Amino acid sequence: MKRLFSIVLLAAFTMISGAAGVFAKTYVFCSEGSPEGFSPAFYTAGTTFDASSRTMFNRLVEFERGSTKIVPALAESWDVSSDSLSYTFHLRKGVKFHTTKNFTPSRDFNADDVVFSMGRQHDKNHPFHKVAGGLAYEYFNGMDMGTIIKSISKVDDYTVRFTLSKPEAPFIANMAMDFASISSAEYADKMKAAGTPEKVDLEPVATGPFQLVQYQKDAVIRYKAHPDYWAGKAKIDTLVFSITPDSSVRFAKLKAGECHSMPYPNPADLDLMRNDPNITLMSKEGLNVGYLAYNTTKKPFDDRRVRKALNMAMDKQAIINSIFQNAGKVAKNPIPPTIWSYNDAIQDDEHDIDAAKKLLADAGFPNGFETDIWAMPVQRPYNPNAKRMAEIIQADWAKVGVKAKIVSFEWGEYLKRSRKGDHQTVLLGWTGDNGDPDNFLYVLLGCAAADNGTNRARWCNKEFDDLLLKAKETSDVAARTKLYEQAQVVFKREAPWATIAHSVVNEPVRKEVVDYRIDPFGGHVFYGVDLK
Amino acid sequence: MSENPASAAPVEKLGQTEFVYIHPFWEFWNYFRSSKGALAGLVFIFAAILVAVFAPFIVPHHPFEQYRDALLVPPVWESGNSSFILGTDDLGRDILSRIIYGTRISLSISLMVVILSLATGVVIGLIAGYFRGMIEMLIMRLMDIMLALPSLLLAIAIVAVLGPSLVNAALAISIVSLPHYVRLTRAATIGEVNRDYVISSRVSGAGVFRIMFITILPNCWAPLIVQSTLGISNAILDLAALGFLGLGAQPPTPEWGTMLSNALQFLQRAWWVVTFPGLIILLSVLAFNLMGDGLRDALDPKLKK
Amino acid sequence: MLIFLLKRVGVVIPTFFGVTILTFFLIHIIPGDPILIRTGERGLSDERYAEMRAEMGLDKPLWKQYVTYITGVFSGDLGKSITTQVPVIDEFFTLFPATIELSVCASILAVSIGIPLGILTAVRRGSFFDYSVMTVSLTGYSMPIFWAAIMLILVFSVNLGWTPVAGRMSAMYWVERVTGFMIIDSFLSEEKGAVLSALRHLILPSIALATIPLAIVSRMTRSAMLEVLNEEYIRTAKAKGLSPFKVIFVHTLRNALIPVITVIGLQVGTLLSGAILTETIFAWPGIGKWMVDSISRRDYFAVQGGILMVATIVIMVNLLVDILYGVINPRIRHR
Repeated sequence: MKRLFSIVLLAAFTMISGAAGVFAKTYVFCSEGSPEGFSPAFYTAGTTFDASSRTMFNRLVEFERGSTKIVPALAESWDVSSDSLSYTFHLRKGVKFHTTKNFTPSRDFNADDVVFSMGRQHDKNHPFHKVAGGLAYEYFNGMDMGTIIKSISKVDDYTVRFTLSKPEAPFIANMAMDFASISSAEYADKMKAAGTPEKVDLEPVATGPFQLVQYQKDAVIRYKAHPDYWAGKAKIDTLVFSITPDSSVRFAKLKAGECHSMPYPNPADLDLMRNDPNITLMSKEGLNVGYLAYNTTKKPFDDRRVRKALNMAMDKQAIINSIFQNAGKVAKNPIPPTIWSYNDAIQDDEHDIDAAKKLLADAGFPNGFETDIWAMPVQRPYNPNAKRMAEIIQADWAKVGVKAKIVSFEWGEYLKRSRKGDHQTVLLGWTGDNGDPDNFLYVLLGCAAADNGTNRARWCNKEFDDLLLKAKETSDVAARTKLYEQAQVVFKREAPWATIAHSVVNEPVRKEVVDYRIDPFGGHVFYGVDLK
Repeated sequence: MSENPASAAPVEKLGQTEFVYIHPFWEFWNYFRSSKGALAGLVFIFAAILVAVFAPFIVPHHPFEQYRDALLVPPVWESGNSSFILGTDDLGRDILSRIIYGTRISLSISLMVVILSLATGVVIGLIAGYFRGMIEMLIMRLMDIMLALPSLLLAIAIVAVLGPSLVNAALAISIVSLPHYVRLTRAATIGEVNRDYVISSRVSGAGVFRIMFITILPNCWAPLIVQSTLGISNAILDLAALGFLGLGAQPPTPEWGTMLSNALQFLQRAWWVVTFPGLIILLSVLAFNLMGDGLRDALDPKLKK
Repeated sequence: MLIFLLKRVGVVIPTFFGVTILTFFLIHIIPGDPILIRTGERGLSDERYAEMRAEMGLDKPLWKQYVTYITGVFSGDLGKSITTQVPVIDEFFTLFPATIELSVCASILAVSIGIPLGILTAVRRGSFFDYSVMTVSLTGYSMPIFWAAIMLILVFSVNLGWTPVAGRMSAMYWVERVTGFMIIDSFLSEEKGAVLSALRHLILPSIALATIPLAIVSRMTRSAMLEVLNEEYIRTAKAKGLSPFKVIFVHTLRNALIPVITVIGLQVGTLLSGAILTETIFAWPGIGKWMVDSISRRDYFAVQGGILMVATIVIMVNLLVDILYGVINPRIRHR
């Protein structure tokens, strides 16, 4: 009897799995931390976006997987008016929302959802503007979208128009960013009626390729494929984020087959990964720059010759070799080579101690001077170990007589003080948000940024700034490219920074993973990935 | 709590018992010597002190010198370079030299930690044990509060307040280990304060400070010495833990824990960078614990046979 | 007896208040700012910054913030985490079972190995066995726990492949959270093999966390046994010709265990300290790692609330041990 039962059970099991064709495919990603939440509009951390916008949500336009190219997503097409002030999006039809335990969508995605998702961020009187208590729309505000967008209007069920208050060429790239993710307006209405509007952000309903089924803080996030995804159901059935903060431990898990891919490997482990027969090490140049900014408002850094001399004293290749373990490239421009308008014709300052000494002597410092190097206390994508980097720069500068003291503060304090300009030289960097050169040059080196402090060199050069402002006003990419190339020439001549490195993003994946592509923005996208 | 080490020992001599005076130190030494572990610990510590003092003369390389063409060279027996016996780290610095210099830091800072917490703890404990009443209650409640928080967490918070550096880490550890000394001194003081010799000294008009520090304190030293020895080993461990969390000594200081925290990323590629600093921490902590054990056995009359 | 109880409980209340004051002011004088840390390189405008501080109540004078906090504590409200906006108490109870599970396993390991070892070494005092066990135990006590954990992973998980590297459960099993204790939850779930997976994941972190308590328990048992073995009544028992077995297990052990139990109770704080390092390395989703992360994010509410909860537990356990000790050993009561 017992045996019969087990045979029946076995048969039933075979039938079920046979019906499904194959066993359910589970993809495990060893992620580096817990997301702050699942509603992307409130947050700025890549870890949060990996777990929310990039898996569960869609935007009107998106970056093509593995590139910075903008492609249609929830909007099938868009037009820009001749004065560059009005953007009209034509929406995709037949897009289904997720069905969750407390919501079953009654209609497809339409213009109301766009007006709701963007409107709640834009309009301070929107009923959902303040639902999330202490949280605010950090990216929307940070990208200045509140000022850029004048109004958002629904033209018909499948057409939405954004009117801008000034021409802003990077606008369309902004709409592909994570904060512009679209969630269901119908769900919001229903939750409001039920008296639980906060659920909209705690258990969001969206249209993305995966939907959330389980989350345990610091342990695991589990998603299942959205069966009616508009671009076709994902090839993997279950996606699991196994949260593992330590990178050595992540690698150990990958090696042991406990996960299929992992982010942020140790530079030191790269060789091992390359040699492991079960692992493919993928790499791509990241959308970032690590730099050392001279405080140009302080002596002696107000003198261009001093800045140039210190740039020449620096052995950048040594930094790449030991800090990045060759997982980086020497930077000569303030924007990474993956961004359009990168000016490859520019020559980097030669590493030349004698020339540097001579230049310093010309500037009136034949015996050098004393200064400080600020090094951040945390690991960043553009700088895996700032203190080590500072040690190398310190040793290099000592060769031209410049005695530098390494200074560090707690991270928040570091940002605050360097923003106020307390430093003489400071190590920092930037990771691009939307693949637009404006997002590097204007944000980090413009005159407006010198006032608000994100320009750590506190460098305001009229010639440079005018070029950037002009580029903002035209949406013609060719014209903009010319302007930005010119701006990079000015930058190199004036040397407000020592551009140090662009890191290379490395991601090891196991051999059974098919078609994983590294996201240049540093995110992790699993739609389109398959398992052998 | 503890009694004076016996100052006279009976010696059996042909059936008759004769009392021969043995200096307490020699008596203590005889007990201490009988434990092989304690002796081994003492020898190790002595060697470590010598190494620390003469570090500049015995290191094969300067601990900060970066040999940029010799990054992550394995130890000499693993087909390494004979000039780097224990190999080099990711900046091409000689690990052996860094460990040798690290001995200086770990020993001197741990000693500083213990002296600091011992001195403060003794004063506070004496005050609590001598005056009793309200003062004692206040002090002991404060100690309870500190003991209610996991010590590492408290140390992390204190370092966060002061800013991460070697000295601040040492300060944080001293503060965190204070309650042990206070409790110990207070208990010992309470045990002594009503003894005849204290009362007689008080009657003969000795001042409060004289009674506290000159009369009572010397009679409480046995448990304190043991606690201090063990305190050094705890200090080394805590210092390493804080260094490991990036809150202790800052690079390029060759502190052992800091070396480990920087080295962790080489775990699977260059085992020597991780293994040797950890091993040296283990060995020196073990040495102090062995010695502390030996001291306790030798000083605690209850365990004597 | 009642007076003794009241006295002990009375002592706890000021300690509790002291903990709230100490943690509150300690975390607030740490330089740094939760808002700035969160916004990173991007930064934010001064107006927005002021607005956010006001929303979190961080613009009020410190003493007013403390009053808000302490009144919240008494109504069971520890505030919301600045990072996640989830009530701190909820976050705590989401993570706490993981810490408990790990600590309990480590304690079981420490006690079940430590006490027998302590007895054996005491009985065979001075033997080679005694020396080697005591040396090993002292080595365990001297181990930098984070280093030991890393070495364990390297040897057993990476090189030998015997144990999983980190985490609580293989990603292949889907275990619904019921109690938060993975062993129980996996038992309740339909997944076959999940219980085994949960147990396998517990092995290395438990060993790492147990090293120090194991050393303490075995040494404590040994010295307590030795002390009792020297007592008059044991010698009498031996002289009366009772079997050594009976002497050890009936007469000696019962009396020797009192201080041992006290020591085990007092290890709660040590376990939680150790959990900070162990959890970080084994990606164990417990409160130790959460607290350290919260300190580095300057998440005031999470730190205040979390430390208070931890301290309360330590205080309660110590109180319990104290009272139990008083019950067992009447001499203590009258001190």
